[in-house]
Amino acid sequence: MVKKRGKNIGKIKGFAIQFIPYSEIKNLNSDERIRKILEIVLGNNILMLQGKLLPEEETRLIGDTMAMIGHIKNFRGIELAVISGNGDEGFFDRMKKGIINTLSKGDLGAITIIGPATIVKEIKRNPRKIELLLNR
Amino acid sequence: MVIKIFKNFFGRVLSGIFKNKRDVKLGFYGPPNAGKTSLANRICKDFTGEEMGSVSKVPHETRHVQFKEKVEIKHKGKTMVFKMIDTPGISTKIDYEDFLKFKVKKKDAKNRAKEATQGVIESIKWLDDMDIVVVVLDATENPYNQVNITIIGNLVARKIPVLIVANKIDLGKADIKKIESAFPEYEVVGISAKYGKNLEEFYESIFELSKKI
Repeated sequence: MVKKRGKNIGKIKGFAIQFIPYSEIKNLNSDERIRKILEIVLGNNILMLQGKLLPEEETRLIGDTMAMIGHIKNFRGIELAVISGNGDEGFFDRMKKGIINTLSKGDLGAITIIGPATIVKEIKRNPRKIELLLNR
Repeated sequence: MVIKIFKNFFGRVLSGIFKNKRDVKLGFYGPPNAGKTSLANRICKDFTGEEMGSVSKVPHETRHVQFKEKVEIKHKGKTMVFKMIDTPGISTKIDYEDFLKFKVKKKDAKNRAKEATQGVIESIKWLDDMDIVVVVLDATENPYNQVNITIIGNLVARKIPVLIVANKIDLGKADIKKIESAFPEYEVVGISAKYGKNLEEFYESIFELSKKI
């Protein structure tokens, strides 16, 4: 079992898993996307986002959340994982996926999971399975 | 019109010559405790006689970006001059309580966590300034970590040539094949920074990578 940590973390009574379809962030700029994600995560929710952020948005999210540690009570950062195809698809499947992604301006086959580190201990991943380990 | 064409042509030729002459900015990126500073130290010690920074078993030992200018690496009769940039490990969470496990005092742990968060921000800011990057991964750890993927994704987006180093191959748990299968599109060189194992192959790859700038 996970060792019991600080008394403040024990105050978290529960959490919700919130799903956001890609259509909700498709037309947002990077600032708005990050703000939307942070609103959800700072509310002690685990976010499941259809699609994925741009690499620059991912680092921006990491940088912004790092800057919040020590300024927001009990906030220790985030756990983040992007789950997408394993790359074993054939040429035509990849081409089909590429066309769909270009038209939709995003990787709809991917899912991004983001949660506060006080709730999500680890998102363990290997090519065959994904485990979401919670702190309590 | 003709003068303008000549001006542009010579401008390009001259900037090309000076571009090739300047030092190559070589960045070391990766998650905490992968051995970035150990590798940077090994290279600096071999070619300048001095180390770059301190290393520790406690994560986030490097909390500020460190530089070493004019590091002349000699390999198989060729010489290249690098500006080496060792960066703090990038992570998505920092909890001072994790440092307490290493018998760090609570006050120091809190201070270390505060500096480490700034270090991560600093590392990210420096991404734009690199010519080539060595992503140092711990070969005993699971490579399917989002931080690794995010770092490499950012380098690709910025068109910065990348070499992946699987460090700590001296340890029994090390699994280079796992790193190779996690990042099949990249060259992976297995090394031991601590014991200086397989560095010749590493230098060869660095020289090859520098051609892609």
